[in-house]
Amino acid sequence: MQVCTLTASDLACRRGDRVLFRGLSLELRGGEACQITGANGIGKSSLIRIIAGLMPAFAGSVAVEGQIGLIDERPALDPQLPLGPALSFWQRLDGGAESAIERLGLANLLDVPVRYLSTGQKKRAALARLLGQKAAVWLLDEPLNGLDSQAVQLVEALAGEHLAQGGICLIASHQPFALEGMGRMALADYTP
Amino acid sequence: MSASLFQLLRRDLGMLLFGGRRGGTMLPLLFFLAVAMLFPFAVGPDPRLLARTGGGVIWVAALLAAILPLDRLIEPDIELGFFDQWALRGIAEEWIVTVRVLAHWLSFGPPLMLAAIVSAALLGLDGQTLKLVELGLLAGTPGLAALGVMVAAVTAGLRGGAALAGLLVIPLAVPLLVFGAGSLATGGESGIALTAAVSLVLLAMTPFAAGAAVRAARG
Repeated sequence: MQVCTLTASDLACRRGDRVLFRGLSLELRGGEACQITGANGIGKSSLIRIIAGLMPAFAGSVAVEGQIGLIDERPALDPQLPLGPALSFWQRLDGGAESAIERLGLANLLDVPVRYLSTGQKKRAALARLLGQKAAVWLLDEPLNGLDSQAVQLVEALAGEHLAQGGICLIASHQPFALEGMGRMALADYTP
Repeated sequence: MSASLFQLLRRDLGMLLFGGRRGGTMLPLLFFLAVAMLFPFAVGPDPRLLARTGGGVIWVAALLAAILPLDRLIEPDIELGFFDQWALRGIAEEWIVTVRVLAHWLSFGPPLMLAAIVSAALLGLDGQTLKLVELGLLAGTPGLAALGVMVAAVTAGLRGGAALAGLLVIPLAVPLLVFGAGSLATGGESGIALTAAVSLVLLAMTPFAAGAAVRAARG
């Protein structure tokens, strides 16, 4: 896996006229993980989007080295397509890496249109897209939403393997996420 | 990069072309033919009147048909998170929008030019007028496609965006209509050349305007 780093310094985020958090600094190197915790609406998703470069920071700067892979509440799969073609669009775009369809329990869902899939099945499909992307820096926004306990363990195992290969995981979740050696950061410490 | 763009074009065409999966892809075409069919009923069967106004009717019908799919062009992909994922993969919004203009044009431009032949028969247009209409549509529909994508991107995420998009496209399409339909009255090729010029300006502007609008809509 390529060398990857994630550095955020003195970040602040403003939504409307409200500052959600400020003075947040974070540094992760290959093989490191961090979980962002906090109540609903405290700015976990905003932080993930700022680090992904999809939202401007109100203050501070972000530097990410390495390809970013993002999971959020939107699976980015065409709802009217069957799961197989919907996933293979991303597979072709990402260079045809083999994805973990068997392991994620999606093998018998490939001909089901995405709009008929449950929340948990869509989340698994998004994970298959992420694994196919071979990104070094994983930004996971509520990756466990809608997953059953078996799938939760699977996601934790996948994240563990990703770290072992020298990747970075930044996880925003209010649910417990079991991952060895993972740092935790409470966003409540940075509210103004 | 070009391989990625080819994949994007493949997906866009799958969505927008006939039997496409975002629904209603035959709609603009049928709408266009319905207008051409209804017009003689409305103004009466006088062949001279029909022949004189028919070319203009085809142009107005083409404009209205191009407006129909606007709300499906950009907004669903922002809502589903596609634009975010493309941004993470380093595919610029400008390229995505350019590909979408091409796909949008392929989905309505050539079919409309075919349907114009049928409409010309319904309206009793002569061969010379039909030739001018077809040349005009060839020059003008790429501009309509670019304008449609640009306005769809600007209005993505707004409440009532679909209705607003239609309202915004119509005044901006006036130059295309003036020169395109105007070429029928003057019978000259200068009108078609000016239509093509307006089209080229719109095509050149759209990637940047629509790309910036998509980035702003992501917020």
